[in-house]
Amino acid sequence: MMASSYSAKDEDGHITVSGPGGGTLRNKKPENTAFKQQRLPAWQPILTAGTVLPAFFIIGLIFIPIGIGLYVTSNNIKEFEIDYTGDDTSSPCYNCAQNFSWNNTKSCTCIIPFQLDQPYESNVFMYYGLSNFYQNHRRYVKSRDDSQLNGNIDSLKKPSKECEPYASVDNKPIAPCGAIANSMFNDTLKLFYNDPNGTSVPILLTSTGIAWWTDKHVKFRNPGGNNANLTAVFQGTVKPVNWHRPVYELDTDPENNGFINEDFIVWMRTAALPTFRKLYRIIQKNNNMAPTLPRGNYTLVVDYNYPVRSFEGRKRMILSTISWMGGKNPFLGIAYITVGSVCFFLGVVLLVIHHKYGNRNNSANISN
Amino acid sequence: MTCCILTTCVGEENWVDSRTIYIGHKEPPPGTEAFIQQRFPDNRIVSSKYTFWNFIPKNMFEQFRRVANFYFLIIFLVQLIIDTPTSPVTSGLPLFFVITVTAIKQGYEDWLRHKADNAVNQCPVHVVHHGKVVRKQSRKLRVGDVVLVKEDEAFPCDLILLSSSRDDGTCFVTTASLDGESSHKTYYAVQETKAYNAEKEVDTIHATIECEQPQPDLYKFVGRINIYMTNEPVARPLGSENLLLRGATLKNTEYIYAVAIYTGMETKMALNYQSKSQKRSAVEKSMNAYLVVYLCILISKALINTALKYVWQSDPNKDEPFYNQKTEAERQRHLIRAFTDFLAFMVLFNYIIPVSMYVTVEMQKFLGSYFIMWDDEMFDEELGERAVVNTSDLNEELGQVEYVFTDKTGTLTENNMEFIECCVDGHVYVPHAICNGQVMPGAAGMDMIDSSPGPAAREHEELFFRALCLCHTVQVKEEDTVDGIKHGIHQGKSTSFYISSSPDEVALVEGMKRLGFTYLRLKDGRMEILNREDEVEKFDLLEVLTFDSVRRRMSVIVRASTGEVYLFCKGADSSIFPRVISGKVDQVRARVEQNAVEGLRTLCVAYRSLNPEQYEEVFQQLNRAKLALQDRDKQLAEAYDLIEKDLILLGATAVEDRLQEKAADTIESLHKAGIKVWVLTGDKMETAAATCYASKLFHRNTQILELTTKRTEEQSLHDVLFELSRTVLRQHGGMTRDTFSELSGDCTDYGLIIDGATLSAVMRPGQEGSNSGNYKEKFLEICRNCSAVLCCRMAPLQKAQIVKLIKASEEHPITLAIGDGANDVSMILEAHVGIGIMGKEGRQAVRNSDYAIPKFKHLKKMLLVHGHYYYIRISELVQYFFYKNVCFIFPQFLYQFFCGFSQQPLYDTAYLTLYNISFTSLPILLYSLMEQHINMDILKKDPCLYRDIAKNSLLRWPTFIYWTILGVYDAIVMFFGAYFLFDNTTFTSNGQMFGNWTFGTLVFTVLVFTVTFKLALDTHYWTWINHFIIWGSLIFFVVFSLLWGGIIWPFLNYQRMYYVFMQMLSSGPAWLSIILLITASLLPDVVKKVIWRTLWPTTTERIQTDDHTSCKYFASCQSRTCR
Repeated sequence: MMASSYSAKDEDGHITVSGPGGGTLRNKKPENTAFKQQRLPAWQPILTAGTVLPAFFIIGLIFIPIGIGLYVTSNNIKEFEIDYTGDDTSSPCYNCAQNFSWNNTKSCTCIIPFQLDQPYESNVFMYYGLSNFYQNHRRYVKSRDDSQLNGNIDSLKKPSKECEPYASVDNKPIAPCGAIANSMFNDTLKLFYNDPNGTSVPILLTSTGIAWWTDKHVKFRNPGGNNANLTAVFQGTVKPVNWHRPVYELDTDPENNGFINEDFIVWMRTAALPTFRKLYRIIQKNNNMAPTLPRGNYTLVVDYNYPVRSFEGRKRMILSTISWMGGKNPFLGIAYITVGSVCFFLGVVLLVIHHKYGNRNNSANISN
Repeated sequence: MTCCILTTCVGEENWVDSRTIYIGHKEPPPGTEAFIQQRFPDNRIVSSKYTFWNFIPKNMFEQFRRVANFYFLIIFLVQLIIDTPTSPVTSGLPLFFVITVTAIKQGYEDWLRHKADNAVNQCPVHVVHHGKVVRKQSRKLRVGDVVLVKEDEAFPCDLILLSSSRDDGTCFVTTASLDGESSHKTYYAVQETKAYNAEKEVDTIHATIECEQPQPDLYKFVGRINIYMTNEPVARPLGSENLLLRGATLKNTEYIYAVAIYTGMETKMALNYQSKSQKRSAVEKSMNAYLVVYLCILISKALINTALKYVWQSDPNKDEPFYNQKTEAERQRHLIRAFTDFLAFMVLFNYIIPVSMYVTVEMQKFLGSYFIMWDDEMFDEELGERAVVNTSDLNEELGQVEYVFTDKTGTLTENNMEFIECCVDGHVYVPHAICNGQVMPGAAGMDMIDSSPGPAAREHEELFFRALCLCHTVQVKEEDTVDGIKHGIHQGKSTSFYISSSPDEVALVEGMKRLGFTYLRLKDGRMEILNREDEVEKFDLLEVLTFDSVRRRMSVIVRASTGEVYLFCKGADSSIFPRVISGKVDQVRARVEQNAVEGLRTLCVAYRSLNPEQYEEVFQQLNRAKLALQDRDKQLAEAYDLIEKDLILLGATAVEDRLQEKAADTIESLHKAGIKVWVLTGDKMETAAATCYASKLFHRNTQILELTTKRTEEQSLHDVLFELSRTVLRQHGGMTRDTFSELSGDCTDYGLIIDGATLSAVMRPGQEGSNSGNYKEKFLEICRNCSAVLCCRMAPLQKAQIVKLIKASEEHPITLAIGDGANDVSMILEAHVGIGIMGKEGRQAVRNSDYAIPKFKHLKKMLLVHGHYYYIRISELVQYFFYKNVCFIFPQFLYQFFCGFSQQPLYDTAYLTLYNISFTSLPILLYSLMEQHINMDILKKDPCLYRDIAKNSLLRWPTFIYWTILGVYDAIVMFFGAYFLFDNTTFTSNGQMFGNWTFGTLVFTVLVFTVTFKLALDTHYWTWINHFIIWGSLIFFVVFSLLWGGIIWPFLNYQRMYYVFMQMLSSGPAWLSIILLITASLLPDVVKKVIWRTLWPTTTERIQTDDHTSCKYFASCQSRTCR
């Protein structure tokens, strides 16, 4: 009734003030597309107890076994650690630590005997560890010149300003420049197995394969190519002040000398935390069935060059086997077990809540 | 005549604010006035902001005036000047990006404006120069030039009409582009100049114009023209009826000559360009509050770290161990060192206040507003109009509205008037019902309810009909199109359209036509009427006393062919009755009141016959007032007041204004949504109340409280107020005032009616001493407890006052004003959100509004759907932005404790820079454009949902703190998760070690995935675009990381990220820990959500659940009430 009289009025037309024509009318009409009308087909999930419950149980059921697996794996890893800082008077390195002086050209050697209670199988990895050493200090982290280390001749002659105050000595550029390179760890660690029959057998320590492959082959390069005569290339540069030898005498193997020396590369990858360890050597597994390091007595011979007492640091030597998940670290396993159990527990709690309250809500809704 | 004498008397007025224009640049004859050529700007319109040269500095200045940009600029400069942990690129690049994008956008807009300006400024105009018509570029037009304008041309500047091709010196103009009124308005030339209508003749006009300096009011103009005819000056008044505005177009007139008086930027159109004051939304205010909190957090973080750094450094072995010596320079700057350290920490943590948030919010608002414009349901077929967004800053405010102030006429009602009946001396006349859209022809088209009146009454009756035919400003438009001919054949006579700015008048004249009196036209100052006997009667139109909303009446003075002079007056009953001295007042009043109750608009008609002396006096009074240059309006009003008196009442008319389609439904929905609706109208109380009942603002069981002049006459205002508040509080006071009791249906609803006079008494400050403030509070208290309020007899300014009063009340509610007419502009500007209806009363409301919609019913979708969505979206956007930056920066803060407070950044520069720009920006932007937590249809069906978001509920402090704590928790999980994984061991299968950058990358990877998944969990509306953007941005992160670490970048001086990401991914435990940490980070939020939803669901969540479990929501919806 209302509508009909309305349209009748419209047709009457006398009152209508000249309106826009049909053309503009069509132009102004919005396009009726799903996007513009906000009516795109959509999946509309919501998190309810019902949908989340299975997910929680599934997460719990997956995480707990993973956690247990990780934990067992971690526990199976054998690790041996020995602190040779020499703080203690009883320590074999006490003398070396006390008598340290930067001017000593001859290194002080200390001998530390130790015993492995279990045989170490497969490859054994030898680490050195430092504590209270802030390799992640900002001034330290940035004190390097990556283009110099990449073999750039210009940077070799004129190190970046970031390297200050380790950029040059007497106007001669330092190679490699910067605080990181300057403070490179220079203790030499040697390992001897004391055979039960009394002989001391040196253990073969492999010093390659300890740095990232990409670092060794791409990121770090000797100036003038890796086959050049390093002594000539580094002509005109000086060694870092704390170093005993110039960079081109780090190793006798030309594949492991200069900037591509792996010990150097390892050191140059600054650690994330003030207590860290770095891979020092790898003890390759024997071809026969015997363990790599049988249980027994060993001797660690240290050329004690690296001072840590001034900043209350500590030095350690670590022997560790490795699994697919790396070294000994129970954290991941425990965390997985914890999160898995929490999920499982929450699943149970939610189940209770869902059954007790969820239905009540629905029914209340409907009766309302 | 008399005008010549007037020159002197008006000339004594103060001339400070006026200008003199010499028509055709001719000096006035010596002795009259000194010839002072004033300097006026040329006719160049400059709407552009910048020139080519000042663009960069000016734009930069404008942009850096914004606090956020300035903050980032400072951070950037600090990074440039002092040695800071992150490179200036990290903050410079985003800032540069933001500034450039904004500059390009503004530059482009300005270029468009330049182009438009040039087009306008260079379009040719015809100027009369030495008796010849010359073409000139528009910009070269000068004040005083005589311009020739042809039909359908737009006026190049503000002009005074001198003469036209029509003999009567009139021309027709449409101001559609100025104020949207498409009706043709008539403009007049001054009597003395109208004869000069050829180029040669025009050049001989010797005259000066004195007028006020330009002012923006389109409808006001006062001036005077002095014409030197044979050296005897003649002065004539000039008013807005002589002034042709730039932007208007000449219609139905072959050509005109006119003189330029305001040019260029001084035209009224240009003066109206000025932008409105900016409105800020509540969300923006919360956002700024959060920013302050975060700034405090930032500063305290930096302070804590600086302090701890100095504690830590007090040991020289830690400060400067042998492996990490300082440079000489670093050692020396000890004094300012602490300060630069503080700044460096600030820089390190500055990302907690994200530069990109502002850009994202702005983009969200800008792009989001398109959805309003695109909305098909807000398109009106009849008008051919769609919703218009004038500002996108207030989108989310639409979801927060608590009070709606609506105009009645044209907003709630159609403003499509239909003549219903008239009443002459108590006899009621009803025109024949409309039949098939055609009026039944002939005299039988009239029904008389009462018995036939006597011959004396018949004379009165005819006078009444003539009065209505004469007393109006309706124009007749002859239609000669094919369409018109068709119509004409139907009706047997030539078709004509009535055009008027007031639909009431058209309805009345139409109604009269049906009753036998047809208004034909106005020709040569004579109005022609076709009476019942098909004879043409002619009346000289002597004066028009135009309508204004203060007087609420209008009059015409006409001279009949018999020589009698009549004044016909029509207006609101309240403005007519006091001036009536005779007539059947009581009968008419009774009928008027009855009609008003039925919701009809009533007008009373009265007349007064004037004898020649009286007329002469009236003429003098009017002319004096018209010639005044200052306070002309006031003087005119006084003159009108003197003239419109001693009236004889003829009768009354009733016009129906139909309710707009679905107006009642809309108001009901708004009520259910917890919005209080107030109707503010200039109409009389009974009419307005009837409309309110019809539109369901008042229900049958609503108890009406009246606060009107009628009551306050009986009791004092004080007593009435206190009595009302007692009544109201008796109901509500006993109960706890929580939502439940307030909303329950069984307690009585109150509706308040207040009229303008009482309102001004309530608002009057200080008159009753200390009590007056009390009145306001009492009034507010009453209003708060009423579900609906009707304010009638409101002046436009009072409307704004009411809005202001509510805005300033202690709860500071969000107000929305909606209206269609010029009288609503003040409240539209005053309210938080102003909405214009594209009605019949011109475009002023639309131009001044923030949003414009074609019909009132569209308000429902605007608020309940769009407002709701925008609010949900932007609140999530704001909270999420802070959350993701807490997650981002807090690990850096924690890392400081493990790196000797050395400001070492945890993440690589690229990650710091791109985190907010590209890795996490698009998903949230898309979310904030697309999210629909509930279906649109449900939002519309169930207005109660609107209550869920009322009072800024999603941006309250508890929510904000929850998000922040969640962010801190996630940050701790991520950081320490990585910490324990890295703790003194390796997690590769080849025994090699990872460094600090791998540590940061691990945390960052977990971070990016966590915050993206968090958003994914919050997304309720997954379209293919969401899938694409969310998974796409994660893939982008991985691809970018692979690329970034995959090459030795030649232009970088460090290669610290080389192969870091790949090496990390090559390790199994890294994968496992990423999965673990993401799970652990998301777990609490999911649990919280699920538990809350189950135990304490909000209405929204309940409906989501219902909808999801698809247990026939619509069935259960029927029974749902708003509780």
